[in-house]
Amino acid sequence: MSDEKPFIHPYIPNSIPEVKAAMLREIGVTSVDDLYADIPERLRFRGRMNLPEPLTSEAALKRRVEEVLSRNRSAADALSFLGGGCWPHHVPAVCDEVNRRSEFLTAYAGEPYEDHGRFQALFEYESLMAELVDMDVVNVPTFDWCQAASTAVRMAGRITKRDEVLVAATTGPDRLMTMENYCRGVMTVVGVAADPATGLMDLDDLAARLGERTAAVYFENPAYLGFLETRGRRIADMVHGRGGLLVVGVDPSSLGVIEPPAHYGADIVCGDIQPLGMHMNFGGGQAGFIATRDEERFVMEYPSRLFGIAPTSVPGEYGFGDVAYDRTSFGVREKGKEFVGTAAALWGITAGVYLALMGPRGMAELGQAILQKSQYAMKKLAGLPGVRVPRFKGVHFKEFVVDFSGTGRPVEAVNRALLERGIFGGHDLAPDFPWLAGCALYCVTETHTAADVDRLVRTLEEVLR
Amino acid sequence: MSAGSGTGRLRAFHQAKWDEEVIFELGAPGERGILVPPAEASVVEAVGDGLSAVPGSLRRKTPPALPEISQMRVLKHYLRLSQENLGADLNVDIGQGTCTIKYNPKVNDVLASSPRAAELHPLQDESTVQGALEIFHSLDLFLREVSGLDRFSFQPASGSAAILAMASIIQAWHEWRGEGRRRDEIITTIFSHPSDAAAAAVKGYKVITIHQTEDGLPDLEALKRAVSDRTAGVLITNPEDTGIFNPRIDEITGVVHAAGGLCGYDQANANGILGVTRAREAGFDLSFFNLHKTFGTPHGCGGPACGALGVVARLAEFLPVPVVDRGADGRYLLRRDLAHTIGKVRSFHGVFPAVLKAYAWILSLGERGLREAANVAVLNNNYILSKVKRIRGAAAPFAPGRPRIEQVRYSWEKLHADTGVTTEDVALRMADFGFHLWSSHHPFIVPQPFTIEPTESYSRAEIDEYLAALDKVAGEAYGDPATVKSAPHRSVVHRIDPGWFDDPAKWAVTWRAYLKKHGHERIR
Repeated sequence: MSDEKPFIHPYIPNSIPEVKAAMLREIGVTSVDDLYADIPERLRFRGRMNLPEPLTSEAALKRRVEEVLSRNRSAADALSFLGGGCWPHHVPAVCDEVNRRSEFLTAYAGEPYEDHGRFQALFEYESLMAELVDMDVVNVPTFDWCQAASTAVRMAGRITKRDEVLVAATTGPDRLMTMENYCRGVMTVVGVAADPATGLMDLDDLAARLGERTAAVYFENPAYLGFLETRGRRIADMVHGRGGLLVVGVDPSSLGVIEPPAHYGADIVCGDIQPLGMHMNFGGGQAGFIATRDEERFVMEYPSRLFGIAPTSVPGEYGFGDVAYDRTSFGVREKGKEFVGTAAALWGITAGVYLALMGPRGMAELGQAILQKSQYAMKKLAGLPGVRVPRFKGVHFKEFVVDFSGTGRPVEAVNRALLERGIFGGHDLAPDFPWLAGCALYCVTETHTAADVDRLVRTLEEVLR
Repeated sequence: MSAGSGTGRLRAFHQAKWDEEVIFELGAPGERGILVPPAEASVVEAVGDGLSAVPGSLRRKTPPALPEISQMRVLKHYLRLSQENLGADLNVDIGQGTCTIKYNPKVNDVLASSPRAAELHPLQDESTVQGALEIFHSLDLFLREVSGLDRFSFQPASGSAAILAMASIIQAWHEWRGEGRRRDEIITTIFSHPSDAAAAAVKGYKVITIHQTEDGLPDLEALKRAVSDRTAGVLITNPEDTGIFNPRIDEITGVVHAAGGLCGYDQANANGILGVTRAREAGFDLSFFNLHKTFGTPHGCGGPACGALGVVARLAEFLPVPVVDRGADGRYLLRRDLAHTIGKVRSFHGVFPAVLKAYAWILSLGERGLREAANVAVLNNNYILSKVKRIRGAAAPFAPGRPRIEQVRYSWEKLHADTGVTTEDVALRMADFGFHLWSSHHPFIVPQPFTIEPTESYSRAEIDEYLAALDKVAGEAYGDPATVKSAPHRSVVHRIDPGWFDDPAKWAVTWRAYLKKHGHERIR
């Protein structure tokens, strides 16, 4: 190694040969290789890792990566109507400013003294989300809605000591797949049929499936397919009547105008906070929340960190810390509730910033703008010959299913033609929902203008002609 | 003797203390932080107020009780809180051992925030995300080189999620072979991360934990007694939290394989052994790397992150979907048709910003740089070891005289016996000098533990500065224990009353719960 030219990289200060030598002297060895003495030869890798030649100058690195990124065409380069669990919303500049601060971005797991800011910001996030969902306990974020729903169901299993969850057939496919894997070996996930005309849960099927094993019923509102489940209270009564819990997944951007699930009987509420100030990031902006009432039987079943407020030794000073830490796997390993660790804290802080900026009026105006603009899009699209929209009879929020089967054109072909004209059409539903072949999921948010919708309609007119 | 004095500077630090309100105490009714683009006149003309379409039972009756705050005040609030937080960019962050707190290059943040990364939708047509898919595929190829494994998935969003995915694959493998029911035990070790035990239990496994012998390494004889036809697999770290490399790791994988189990390697932190030793040579079937540790992506106060999951060829069809492939025509594509896939462990493709930043980190360093990072991390660690051993009251249990890899689990047992000062007290006093010092995961096998992991990112002068503070605090424990026991004095807040955290009548996870429980007697 010593005959090689030293590799001095800006990220590795102690590569300087003189410094290395001095440190080795201090340790009392002659080479770094002596420090690997415990690794026997049979375990040593003597080959060469086949990696590209290093781009040690920042300029060269930036140029290379930008060149690769230039092969992407982003939703900002086009007019996009994609949603389905990751949504285009305006990200306030203040959200970016806060989550790019080194103090938060590069911090990890300090104590609630020197990392007081992280604890307070996440306590505030919990508190702001609690107002939005109107419940008293919210966790430090988990990975995403998929994990939040999976954990919510497992919490229900532990609380009720039952092992089956009944899940709406219209549940988002990623959520369902994650939940099935997460429950395998411990709980069974059973689908509940949807009414083919409305998409709403088939209550006869639900009644037939509810039983002694039912830990929870899970549905999403708005559903993955965009419609609102209007009979939440009845479903709650039905599952409660059989001793189970109601778990509801919700899009928080709807909650300025739509009733929070707690108001129609949900016991555990979950969802994704990506709409609250996160860029889409190719799906990297997701983060999950779980909310419950402040009852010990619920709180003690959370696997997540729960940051609470407390006094300090100085009167008038706010302190923060972990509530009921000994329930976690950090406290008691496999005896804890599921597991805890790094998840999506920075997005939690960001969602707190978003809610603080929006306030009650902002959330109400957001919800209203989304309702109006998506209703406008549905109305305009419904005028296209052969296009059936919305596919499901009922009220929608943000997303709706467009049925192209009457046009004789497969969704794939429609989307290809739209793409050629600078539009990302709705997500093709056939692979995940074979009974919805010919249908696409369209998403319209506050970021869309009337002109955007008009352009979509005009272009579809041309494409479908 | 004194280790640090004379070499490391003792900084007259004081952390920012803004005495900042909780956000609900700010603003005034009517203030606005940001406005929403309203529906245009043509939209209103077509659909009206939008709200009327929603049935009354589903319309929100009372607005959420969020605060109303003008924009600059919100910004100021959060910037003040940020100043009350100690990120790696501000301190010598070597005291959060096991966490691999290294430099997160700023250029990688710049790249990840460019619109052609940040504004990508995960369901876009593959033809529009060829750059993103190339980055996934390239990082897969890079990590195959680092690990010797055959295929990677970037879907798990943390190390713990990757452990859960490993346990899921182990479960699916045995189910496929018709042994799912019988093989209901997973073995781990006490110095492996708590999630190695906990995530296995999530999958319904009975967890068997092997403890260490006097040399600090897992008891191989106990392992041999533990394996049977009920063994589904082992989930283990090496080096473990002690920083001692287990030279018999291949015997462990051999014993488990002989019993019919699979071997999962927790390489959340592989920082000391890049290019030196690999999962393949040690006989592992599965492994994962935390991109937010070894590969330089930011920790973000605890995520978003990525536990890049690698497997040998015979397990490739069990990975979560989709995976990225490169077609014969050179184009990148998403594959969902894996025969035995466990399904999904997270939505979409995982945390793309972390994947992009790790990709850029490896591009910057190359093979020489990865080896250099590992070598210098180990050099720094053993330098610190040689100095900490000379600090009064400190010790490095196990394997006396042996070098360590990337971190060391130390002990203040003697300091505590001599002075009554605990490891928590020392940690809080270190905050007065602008440093973190972490103890250990539970249970505390090493008495009064503390864990230091310097990585390759900090200069010798910085490391000396940290050691000077550690030496100073140890000296205080002997000379002026009251100062240590009442610390912190120059941090953001003072000793927190723990009595509220475990009492359901007092705990308050939200402001509204606080007002309900303590409104009659508020903190201020």
